[in-house]
Amino acid sequence: MTLLLSPRRIGRFFMSLSGLGRIGLIVSLAWVVIALFGSLLAPYGMMDMSGGKVFASSSLAYPLGTDFLGRDLLSRILYGARYSIGLALAATVIASVSGTLLALVSTVIGKWFDEIVCRIVDALLVTPSKILALLVIAIYGSDLRVLVLTAGVIYMPGAFRIAHSQAVGINATEYVTVARLNGESTFHIACREILPNMIHPMLTDFGLRFVYNVLMLSGLSFLGLGVQPPYADWGSLVRENLSGLSSGAPAVIMPALAIATLTIGVNLLIDSLAVRRRGGARG
Amino acid sequence: MNRVVLRMVGRRIAIGALTLFLVSALVFFMASLLPGDAAQMALGQYATPETVAMLRKELGLDEPLLLRFFTWLGGMLSGNFGISYAAQVPVKSIVLARIPNTLMLAGAATAASVPIALVLGIVAAMVRGTLLDRVIGVVTMSVVAVPEFLLATLAVLLFAVKLHWVSAVSVNPDVSSVGEFFKSYSLPVLVLCCVVVAQMARMTRAALVNELDAPYAEMTVLKGLRPSRTVLRHALPNAIGPIVNAMALSLSYLLGGVIIVEAIFSYPGLASTLVDAVSNRDLPIVQFCVLFFSTCYLLLLLLADIATIVCNPKLR
Repeated sequence: MTLLLSPRRIGRFFMSLSGLGRIGLIVSLAWVVIALFGSLLAPYGMMDMSGGKVFASSSLAYPLGTDFLGRDLLSRILYGARYSIGLALAATVIASVSGTLLALVSTVIGKWFDEIVCRIVDALLVTPSKILALLVIAIYGSDLRVLVLTAGVIYMPGAFRIAHSQAVGINATEYVTVARLNGESTFHIACREILPNMIHPMLTDFGLRFVYNVLMLSGLSFLGLGVQPPYADWGSLVRENLSGLSSGAPAVIMPALAIATLTIGVNLLIDSLAVRRRGGARG
Repeated sequence: MNRVVLRMVGRRIAIGALTLFLVSALVFFMASLLPGDAAQMALGQYATPETVAMLRKELGLDEPLLLRFFTWLGGMLSGNFGISYAAQVPVKSIVLARIPNTLMLAGAATAASVPIALVLGIVAAMVRGTLLDRVIGVVTMSVVAVPEFLLATLAVLLFAVKLHWVSAVSVNPDVSSVGEFFKSYSLPVLVLCCVVVAQMARMTRAALVNELDAPYAEMTVLKGLRPSRTVLRHALPNAIGPIVNAMALSLSYLLGGVIIVEAIFSYPGLASTLVDAVSNRDLPIVQFCVLFFSTCYLLLLLLADIATIVCNPKLR
């Protein structure tokens, strides 16, 4: 996995994607930039109520209109990107890293340990995860750390399944057998022989899991159980402006559209990556 | 059905029952980690320790944890679901009226989405690689990838605010005539359908395409059969197992969707009860609802697996 950041490599990578994939890549990167620097780009503060008019439609001063308190919606969305993307990213990192490492350890140790871990993960995989997330929130409250940890644990079994099937396949190849016969340590085999070959499929899976996390966390916020005021992610923005729905205010739709562009963008990128890999294998 | 099939189905049912038991243990023990218990909750924070201890004894909360778990589980099985913290009435009286509403919503969505999804999936598989297939692919992917509340708000904006086809955002579950039924249920069912149809159509297409890649499907093309006959007569019967499996799996998406839809349309179903109870931290209601939805979910997974087993011709 040598995705070095030289301009030519990036250019070649970009050109190898399909048209939809390029759109997806650009949209996803744009949102990440906004999540990092959104507070600098925002024309108004997050709590700035100088707009006056409630549920105003878009104007030059307020490009996306104002919300239920007369705050600039564009600024609220730019600030909210941090929570929507940041929390989902953190949860996805937890899920993917712990799933990959657990799969690696369990494959290398093998035998009864592998069997037990697989059984437990299988049991976790068939439990209705979203409903259990509601249970956790009912017990521990909607703390940001609780949310991230819960989402991470919920999507770990899926990542483990993918990583495990990869690891088992690689573990059975000749070069790993040779490394074993050479008397390499288990640690060396796991980190130097198996892990590097698992990274690529796990990155694709990372994107997919990120989409799941964005959807679940924004869904929780929409129900009022996720990010709590004064902080707001895009799900909370939809919720707080719901009273403008019957008058057709843009404040209800815009944050939801922001989520949609992000998740569809990532999906397009992943689809295109999958097609690219299949094409590469054939050619 | 021969003995092998019966044994596999029986094994699958046993695994399902075991999973349900584990989920219920999780539901009970996670709640018991919480400081303060039902007695404390019922009496409020100004109660003296003596009265709390007395009520605790009365409710059997001083028993060992494991014993309480089995008492609780027995209560769940026999219809004694505990007392709501917030309303101080039995959970049963709150949830029982709401379950039919949610089942009605889910049932209507299922009845509407299965035929649409089948047709879409089959058409996409038949015209594989063409523009139509790609359009169906991108549209269904987008519907799966966007949050349910976007679909719901868009539907309300379009049909209620702009076109005035349906009146209000809130839904009245008591309907007497067919017309009223459509007026009340069309929007929530439409939103639920979108999610489920997209998921089902994608999986149906994948199952069919998988069959069409097999050598026998190529043979039917070489024989000069029409594509529709190849798909409907040769590939479809072989894909029935995976397709039924896909349908049951997609229906489990209803569980997630129904929570959002009930919230946005303020529909008096079990899912909105669950959301209210979670924000009030009314644990007995949460526990019951979580168990109820988990049971539905596991039943659907069970159905999916049994469909795969029964439809597998190798086991006949």
